[in-house]
Amino acid sequence: MTDVTSHALSKKAAAVNSSLPQRLLRATELDTRMLGMVGALAVIWIGFHIVSGGLFLTPRNLWNLSVQSASVAIMSTGMVLVIVTRNIDLSVGSLLGFVGMVMGVTQTEILPQWLGFGHSAIWIAAILVGVALGALIGAMQGYIIAYLAVPSFIVTLGGLLVWRGAAWWVTSGRTVAPLDATYRLMGGGPDGAIGAFWSWVVGLIACVALLLMLANGRKQRRKFHFPLRPVWAESLLAVMGCAFILGAVAVANSYPWPSAIVRRYATENNITVPEGGLFIAHGIAIPVLIAVGVGVVMTFLANRTRFGRYVFAIGGNPEAAVLAGINTRWVTMKVFILMGALVGISSAISTARLNAATNAMGTLDELLVIAAAVIGGTSLGGGIGTIAGAMIGAVLMQSLASGMILLGVDTPLQNIVVGIVLVVAVWLDTLYRKRVK
Amino acid sequence: MDTGTPLVEMKNISIAFGGIHAVENVSVDLFAGEVVALVGHNGAGKSTLIKILSGAYKRDAGTILINGEEAQINNPRDAKKYGIETIYQTLALADNVDAAANLFLGRELRTAWGTLDDVAMESETRKVMGRLNPRFQRFKDPVSNLSGGQRQTVAIARAIYFNARILIMDEPTAALGPQEAAQVGDLVRQLKTEGLGIFLISHDIHDVFDLADRVVVMKNGQVVGTASTADVTEDDVLGMIILGKCPPGAIPGPGALQIAA
Repeated sequence: MTDVTSHALSKKAAAVNSSLPQRLLRATELDTRMLGMVGALAVIWIGFHIVSGGLFLTPRNLWNLSVQSASVAIMSTGMVLVIVTRNIDLSVGSLLGFVGMVMGVTQTEILPQWLGFGHSAIWIAAILVGVALGALIGAMQGYIIAYLAVPSFIVTLGGLLVWRGAAWWVTSGRTVAPLDATYRLMGGGPDGAIGAFWSWVVGLIACVALLLMLANGRKQRRKFHFPLRPVWAESLLAVMGCAFILGAVAVANSYPWPSAIVRRYATENNITVPEGGLFIAHGIAIPVLIAVGVGVVMTFLANRTRFGRYVFAIGGNPEAAVLAGINTRWVTMKVFILMGALVGISSAISTARLNAATNAMGTLDELLVIAAAVIGGTSLGGGIGTIAGAMIGAVLMQSLASGMILLGVDTPLQNIVVGIVLVVAVWLDTLYRKRVK
Repeated sequence: MDTGTPLVEMKNISIAFGGIHAVENVSVDLFAGEVVALVGHNGAGKSTLIKILSGAYKRDAGTILINGEEAQINNPRDAKKYGIETIYQTLALADNVDAAANLFLGRELRTAWGTLDDVAMESETRKVMGRLNPRFQRFKDPVSNLSGGQRQTVAIARAIYFNARILIMDEPTAALGPQEAAQVGDLVRQLKTEGLGIFLISHDIHDVFDLADRVVVMKNGQVVGTASTADVTEDDVLGMIILGKCPPGAIPGPGALQIAA
């Protein structure tokens, strides 16, 4: 075991000789891979901004980008866990369509019969139906995968066909529209955002939470006499984190309502619009808020609970997990239940955004979701992946798509670019992992 | 030593995989403070027998007694409840997580909130690893980054941390250099004096005679014979392994070569 001592020695030597960025990384203990992804995202954003002549990095475009990313980002958090357990879910796109149709019919045709049209409980009932249905279907697929030992690729490939067919069956292909007014808020838009004041409140709460988390981590480390991060590194993390959160809020708050909606709002509330127009900010969109919430909850599940620990252990070595006494089948089934429930949430956002449920909704979403997870650093071999990475991956994919739309790139070429980026990203990741080892 | 109730008694254990009798009518016992070596060729059924005791396989027939009472062992969790810990030949580590996560896999320490208490687990891991290998420092690395010896230490730490009464070691020194193997030998002797019963599976006949009190030889899924290591020679044991020939000092089992008298 001489390598341990030599390792420690070389570490010490490296600390003396290393450059400022290296010392910075070591002191802050930030994940270099994640930083690389953020860097890639920055390059893409700035690149599009320059090429499009200053259209990309505008509050309006970034706000829309955030709303467009929400649905795939939410599903990608579940896909990370699915792939980490060495499974795959090809059915999420079709499932999104089917659940969306059921939620659409529930709120426009079934519930109004009992509650009356426009009843205030309809939206929540519809969402609950959607999430429960998604979880139920996830449970069914998970049961077949975990207990009947049919490969997940086959089960969910079957699901891809079954649920797309089922989505058509709900109304024989008829589009369901318009949807409940409250439900629609989940899709974003001027009404579906929380406004400047509440956005700041959310931002401040997030900052306080970040500071508390850092402080608690430090307290825990001190309690067990572990090496602490230098104070300057902790402060830097806190400042950077808060700056990012408040910066995002500021961007959301500098995207104003369109003038026509401001005028309508003004007449409804008896406000006279001053010369030069009234500035009413969108603030954070509700679907984005939901996505961030899902991201936080999923990160917590993955990193801080037994369930998450077991998910990663199964991915690392299924046999070891069984020998450690983990009920691997039940954990696998739970992963698919979770995936289904997340599809339910995404489906609510997608249908609300379109203000309609169609049987083609979510077509090919499974590929976007898998691509987001994989670009975000999830290894198809299992055992490796992060929730945050997958969500950044989702934003990255959406950035490419919407950037190319801004530039007027033809759809076929868009697909070609996205396909190439996916392959190159995974190749770079492979290189990175080899070097780190 | 053969007085009182054995710590473990496996009686008439059989298991078959698709018509192949991997273990057939095997009976072995183990007393507290005793090391019993299981030896035999590859495929003789040693690991299978031991996996039945550790709950990884379900036996087709036979009974397991722990302290004289019949034990219900249907999965690894059950076995651990009886204080049976196992160091597998494959180590059975989740390569993608760190030493602490592996040590507590399936038995995580949790905070008052029910969340994982990673700091406490790391602290405990530092203590137990410090005892086994004071130079070990890579607590944050996934175990795939560790050397063979370090991985073995993690597997051993996991087995002894939870106050095992019965320890199963399947080829514990296979991945180790001579110095580390000697350390494991010392550990076995120390645990023995603490009153643990140890099943040792080994291919190294010198190891067996060095560490074990008794030796059980298996061939083709059956017991050839059981002997106290004081009563037989290494050549006798080799004869049992290769030919199934039971020497005078050993108690013959069902698998012993029947010599036409």
